[in-house]
Amino acid sequence: MATIPWESGSTAARLRQRADMLQRLRAFFAARGIWEVETPLLSRAAATDVYIQSIPVSLGAAQGEQFYLQTSPEYAMKRLLAQGAGPIYQICKAFRDAEVSSRHNPEFTLLEWYRPGFELQQLMDEVAELVQGLFDTGPVVQRSYQELFEAELSINPHTVALAELEQLLRSESEIGSTDLSKTDCLQLLMSYRIEPRLPDACFVYDYPVEQAALARVENNADGQAVARRFEFYCQGMELANGYQELTDAQEQRRRFAADIAQRSRLGLPTYPIDENLLAALDHGLPDCAGVALGLDRLFMLLCGEREIDRAMSFSLSRC
Amino acid sequence: MASYATNEFRSGLKVLVDNEPCSILENEVVKPGKGQAFNRVKFRNLLNGRVWERTYKSGESIPAADVMEIEMEYLYADGEFWHFMKTDDSYEQVAADGNAIADAKNWLKEQDLYNVILWNDAPISVSPPNFVELEVTETDPGLKGDTAQGGTKPATLSSGAVVKVPLFVNIGDVLRVDTRTGEYQNRVSK
Repeated sequence: MATIPWESGSTAARLRQRADMLQRLRAFFAARGIWEVETPLLSRAAATDVYIQSIPVSLGAAQGEQFYLQTSPEYAMKRLLAQGAGPIYQICKAFRDAEVSSRHNPEFTLLEWYRPGFELQQLMDEVAELVQGLFDTGPVVQRSYQELFEAELSINPHTVALAELEQLLRSESEIGSTDLSKTDCLQLLMSYRIEPRLPDACFVYDYPVEQAALARVENNADGQAVARRFEFYCQGMELANGYQELTDAQEQRRRFAADIAQRSRLGLPTYPIDENLLAALDHGLPDCAGVALGLDRLFMLLCGEREIDRAMSFSLSRC
Repeated sequence: MASYATNEFRSGLKVLVDNEPCSILENEVVKPGKGQAFNRVKFRNLLNGRVWERTYKSGESIPAADVMEIEMEYLYADGEFWHFMKTDDSYEQVAADGNAIADAKNWLKEQDLYNVILWNDAPISVSPPNFVELEVTETDPGLKGDTAQGGTKPATLSSGAVVKVPLFVNIGDVLRVDTRTGEYQNRVSK
């Protein structure tokens, strides 16, 4: 086994700076009457997202039962919301297997919060305020997914044909894989063509319905069905992902089933559906907007580090 | 056949792309928060030097190329092939064709060492050391005492290369030349 360095990739001074950031974040929420909750990292169910892999764990205390480390606190927090919790936030660890890069660690820290009664626009404004309170991001702009694709590639991402997307993509890079979906192509064009030209602080909103995840689908002003979802990009890094939350239990069940079917097709492990979440949605989730923000990345931006290993105490290579 | 999965990609890895040996120059993971992960890979084709990019879904594999880079001694040319010998006391020889020798052709000197890339044991490229020392076989007569002037003249070297040299250089001088730029460095001996 290779020797594991015992020291942090960061410095004591950096880590104190991180502690200071946490304090300021908690003050931000306290001032707005949003209270802190803690939910379990362990769950009998797992996120069904096709491209997010859960880490399974076994417990001596519950033999024969399979548990998973959470990939985000979303399901548990929504159960609290359905119980009438009101505005809540959480700072916790989340785990996603097979994600290691200069900006990915399989164990990372999420800041997630929910605002009952908020529209997506109000939540985008709140995210901007939170980040601006920590450091100067420069002017914050908002662009719809469609606007960006029209401006950069002259296509409407909601209606464009797969063949045209493939052709655009091939002018950027040869493709060594077959069977790319429309979503694959859009996401690659986003990475190759659009992200490098985004303003330093930019919200992208109203995603194609195929990328809805747990966001509500509604018609925009042009009558085009869009997913009420946003991503906040800061200096080219995906920092936060927000939804106008889906509250319809039946639609949620349908999306879970579709994810699981897709997982089977791709030969990926399938996980049990979170029936507790569906029961909570049945009971009634208040209309709300919610957002998950990567705290390690936020801190990277705050202190100007380009490697996640230098922004946290011990990344995977050191644990 | 051996192959490499995307999570094993790193720069310097030798792989087969469209049945041609290539070296990975850069490998970048592209991971949209909610989407399929991809690897954006920059390759250099070892046969023709072409550099280009290709995108793979993470988790896919590509075949490994049996490519070795070793130092070999240049022996002689027979008009069609250029012959090199291993330096590991095996006396094993290989013959490089005009294509493989292209980058080194102007800088060959018998018994000097060259970097040879072998694919399935056959040479596909030969690169010269950064600096070589070669004798002048042809140039206008030297101007004595003109060492300070900035003027230059062409000189032909024993390898056939023509380089610009200072006016004081004479036939029979041995010169040190930078093979990357083709520039004269200094006179080594007379």
